Amino acid sequence: MKIHEYQAKEILKGYGVPVPRGRMTTQAAEVYDLAKEMGGTVVVKAQIHAGGRGKAGGVKLARSPREAQDIATRLLGSRLFTHQTGPEGKQVQKLLIEEGLNIKKEYYLGIVVDRSRRQPVFMASAEGGVEIEEVAARNPAAILKEHIDPQIGLSPFQARKLAFGLGLPPALVGQAVKVFAALYAAFVATDASMVEINPFLETAEGNLIALDAKVNFDDNALYRHPEFRLLRDYSEEDPLEIEASRFGLNYIKLDGNIGCMVNGAGLAMATMDIIKLAGGNPANFLDVGGGASEESVTSAFRIILSDSHVQAILVNIFGGIVRCDVIARGIINAAKAVGVKVPIVVRLEGTNVDEGRRLLQESGLNIALADGMQDAAEKVVAKARA
Amino acid sequence: MAILIDQNTRVVVQGLTGREGTYHTLQCRQYGTQVVAGVTPGKGGTSHEGIPVFHTVAEAVRETGANASLIFVPPPFAADAILEAADAGIALVVCITEGIPTLEMIRVAAYLKDRPVRLVGPNCPGVISPGKCKMGIMPARIHKEGSVGVISRSGTLTYEAVGQLTRCEIGQSTCIGIGGDPVPGTTFVDALALFEQDPETRAVVMIGEIGGSAEEEAVAWMQQHFTKPVVSFIAGQTAPPGRRMGHAGAIIAGGKGTAAEKMAALRAAGITVVESPAEIGAAMKKILRG
Repeated sequence: MKIHEYQAKEILKGYGVPVPRGRMTTQAAEVYDLAKEMGGTVVVKAQIHAGGRGKAGGVKLARSPREAQDIATRLLGSRLFTHQTGPEGKQVQKLLIEEGLNIKKEYYLGIVVDRSRRQPVFMASAEGGVEIEEVAARNPAAILKEHIDPQIGLSPFQARKLAFGLGLPPALVGQAVKVFAALYAAFVATDASMVEINPFLETAEGNLIALDAKVNFDDNALYRHPEFRLLRDYSEEDPLEIEASRFGLNYIKLDGNIGCMVNGAGLAMATMDIIKLAGGNPANFLDVGGGASEESVTSAFRIILSDSHVQAILVNIFGGIVRCDVIARGIINAAKAVGVKVPIVVRLEGTNVDEGRRLLQESGLNIALADGMQDAAEKVVAKARA
Repeated sequence: MAILIDQNTRVVVQGLTGREGTYHTLQCRQYGTQVVAGVTPGKGGTSHEGIPVFHTVAEAVRETGANASLIFVPPPFAADAILEAADAGIALVVCITEGIPTLEMIRVAAYLKDRPVRLVGPNCPGVISPGKCKMGIMPARIHKEGSVGVISRSGTLTYEAVGQLTRCEIGQSTCIGIGGDPVPGTTFVDALALFEQDPETRAVVMIGEIGGSAEEEAVAWMQQHFTKPVVSFIAGQTAPPGRRMGHAGAIIAGGKGTAAEKMAALRAAGITVVESPAEIGAAMKKILRG
């Protein structure tokens, strides 16, 4: 789960990470007073769930409250286009107004899980303020790494290694060690999958402060943090994906015209792949779960058909333990209930497959049966073209 | 021969008395798996479907000689269930549960590291040695006894691959679902090492997917240590970056973990990579014919 910068900063502050004074607002009319309160010079930052805001014009320095309000008026409601927003961009609905700071140097800090080492890794770089992927590609040696034993946590010596390695002035190392420890504490306590401070700022006055902040939560751990539900910004998500998640379906909208309904995430990805290989374009990823019940199939049809680009649907169910006749009845009832108008190609595998196929054939619905994934992909691509 | 499990495996099921646990345990027993015990704290001393139930895994091991554990415990309690099995001296723990927090699994991995136990999963369909033993939720009837090993990060896609092999008259020695989480107990490298040692396994099907670098690590290891032919498929060639594709571990992050990178690494090492998931069985058939 993703959250906004202002929310991430609020959380990190709670663990002792220094952040600039700032306030979130959705009203341009408030910005004049907020800016005045913060001393006149402020930074106006668009709050969207995507990186690359600065380059896209979503982060602006204002030297007066009047200028801050003008920028806010322009930004609110506008669309930002970054490498992470997709071609449709993201509309700005929230702004963070922050005090201006005197930048001396920018660093990078981040914690993620190193999957192959099975440990969290604390990364730091003196090349802050640019995308870390870019640094990793251009100059990997510029990224310092400390792997953390989860049973011990981040040791002070590791934090010192990082701080001295960054070339921080020795007088600031003590301060840095405290911030690094706070950042790791936040990572663990919130069950984050990633925390990132980029840039991490050394100010002209000799303070260290998180100028930007990103926190992503591990979805599997959200049950332990019911309070995080309030942080979810539904306006940042695709409405169909929100709807799907209410039915326990894993749905991701794509830009093709062949809707897919598959049981299991790996098979769902493989189904998208084979549609593409057959010359078609998947309209979505949709995993109805290993079981595939009538209810889940019905809601899956509804979700798929809410996408007006869909011209044909491929249902690929490897029944496994679930009986195919049960699945077939589910598909028929769901297709009738939802009123599916586009052609459906069904590939069914599992126990009682013959009975399942017979039911589908005799249903009177526009359903073509497929034998195996290759046949299914070819048939659905042909139907989507017709 | 097979790896990990065979007719001598004695299984204790943690979470036996739940709905899923009961259903799948009975399917395993019907297949011929020796299910010797169940564990549900508070229900010790009772019997469930003719299987004795114990309060703790330690007690189940002491009383029944169980040496493998199959876990159906809900996510908030599953990490603890793995630790309990390891502490009781269980040699093989298969965890089906999906949804364990990653940081919990990191602590579990640290605990298991120096102990004589192997974890398969979590978030996986389990392990089956066809004709001998099934510890998991996979449909038994699609399998056939034979000499091809299968390793996969997926569930139903594994069934798809196994179904193709069986239709091609190619049997399997053991099929391992290593699971779709970012921190799996058993990796491709671990499973490949076991198959290398197994004289009955002639070749291996390896099914990877986007996210992480487990496939690349497997390639590096295979170049040094693996002597048997491999057919590989990587799911998610059309997956968009930055999105979690169902599995917690299936995400292209920071431009890394794409299917294209993984396929290129496998091909560079001379491993057969099929672009279409429909070609797994046929590709293996071609290799075995030599």
